[in-house]
Amino acid sequence: MKAAKKLYLALILIFMYAPILILIIFSFNASKSRANWSGFTLSWYAELINDPSIMKALYNTITIALLSSAIATVIGTTAAVGIEALGSLTKRIVLAITNIPVVNPDIVTGVSLMVLYIYIFKFFPSLKLGYATLLLSHTAFNTSYIILSVLPKLRQMDPNLYEAALDLGASPAQGFFKVILPEIMPGVVTGAMLAFTMSLDDFVVSFFTTGSGVNNLSILIYSMARRGVNPKINALSTLMFLVVLVLLYLVNRSDSSKAKKESALAA
Amino acid sequence: MSAPYLFWALLFIVIPIALVIYYSLCTEVDGRMLFSWENYKRAFEPIYIRVMWRSVLLALISTLACILAGYPVAYIMASKEYSSKNLLLFLFLVPMWMNFLLRTYSWLTILEKNGLINTLLAFLGLPKLNILYSDKAVVLGMVYNFLPFMILPIYSVLKKMDQSLIEAAQDLGADSKTVFLRLILPMSMPGVISGITMVFMPAVTTFIISDLLGGAQFMLIGNLIEQQFLKVNNWNFGSALSVILMFLIIASVSIFSMVDKNNDEGALF
Repeated sequence: MKAAKKLYLALILIFMYAPILILIIFSFNASKSRANWSGFTLSWYAELINDPSIMKALYNTITIALLSSAIATVIGTTAAVGIEALGSLTKRIVLAITNIPVVNPDIVTGVSLMVLYIYIFKFFPSLKLGYATLLLSHTAFNTSYIILSVLPKLRQMDPNLYEAALDLGASPAQGFFKVILPEIMPGVVTGAMLAFTMSLDDFVVSFFTTGSGVNNLSILIYSMARRGVNPKINALSTLMFLVVLVLLYLVNRSDSSKAKKESALAA
Repeated sequence: MSAPYLFWALLFIVIPIALVIYYSLCTEVDGRMLFSWENYKRAFEPIYIRVMWRSVLLALISTLACILAGYPVAYIMASKEYSSKNLLLFLFLVPMWMNFLLRTYSWLTILEKNGLINTLLAFLGLPKLNILYSDKAVVLGMVYNFLPFMILPIYSVLKKMDQSLIEAAQDLGADSKTVFLRLILPMSMPGVISGITMVFMPAVTTFIISDLLGGAQFMLIGNLIEQQFLKVNNWNFGSALSVILMFLIIASVSIFSMVDKNNDEGALF
């Protein structure tokens, strides 16, 4: 029975990892084919840096993920504090609206934002879909994720703390930065990380809200899929995958060493 | 403090959706928008009903497959004697960090006529498997992409379950089948339901999986919407389809949450 369980887990893991392994293996393939192996090479890795379209897409992907999650964190955190102070009916309505981008299918979010931009551009014919609309769209859906991860922390917080700070002469800004923000920080950080990941991984919303010539990695991969994805993309994904693994390992290690320290202190 | 956000939400959430609803209720005549139900009537013509039905059916099959494949994984992972829980959890999360288009695309290499599976089958002297560019491949792609969304919520509910209940049932003479069917399974339902929502929703709205693995003639409602907006440029019909898709999602979410009324455990976030 125990062997059967292990075998089952192994099969599921093979199912999950086979495509990833193949992707990594073909990043070392000497020919451009995704089907036939024709010898080992590192040339795709070497050529990666000289491919302007891939480098541009990588730049767009990373800057949009960083900027949109940073802007959304600011908007979302202040919004959450504001929402928490609303009356119960308005609060319910605002929360329902905030939930829409999370629950709505990506494709509907994508087309509705595209329709919005093109509608606005009718009045400003010089504007076009592109980097700015891509950034705005990512910020738009990320803001909801931030609000939804900050709100539970705000609810856990003692509301008297902020009022006590004001009574003791703190300005509202001081109250926010010195009392509220430290309390809700875990929610803000979780939200920011979630937003960064959502942006990095997004294809559908980006696909509808970008203009010609502005790609992120997902759009570039999609446009290549019909003709065959260039192995340079495999090489880049392998590298990004490794970076993520190392980061996750480091985060985990610092977490567990922190936990160890804490338990040592408690003892 | 909420005023700037209210403006923001109005601009980026409410107005876009209002515009989609507006477009869906109009037809363009000589460059002017006129109110009409035409787009909705068209959406309920048999050929589009078939597309919607196929989207729902494939999403349901994929969801069922995810339950069947994912429940045992969550169960084994949550069981007392399984020691590398965190490692396995990590292993199910890691693939999500690789671009999902690329991972899905990778299945072409595995499934195609002279691909990995068929080379293996030929080596074993077995007949070839030709599922690429069919609905079987689309279901496989959906299960592959969304399986972790089923495993994680079930696992988190099973892990929190009170082990002494199981021991009590055993003490009272229940055999392991009864313990599973009358105790563990019903108690893990909240996890299963949130898994169903998390798999069904992206599966029913996808257009990339069907695009990559389903071949050109294959169409789900997502492909239809994409085609209306970006290829045919009929925003009015595309908007009507988007509104229908939104209602489909709202309806299924409320059905699932009705079943799951008094339980909010098992949510992933």
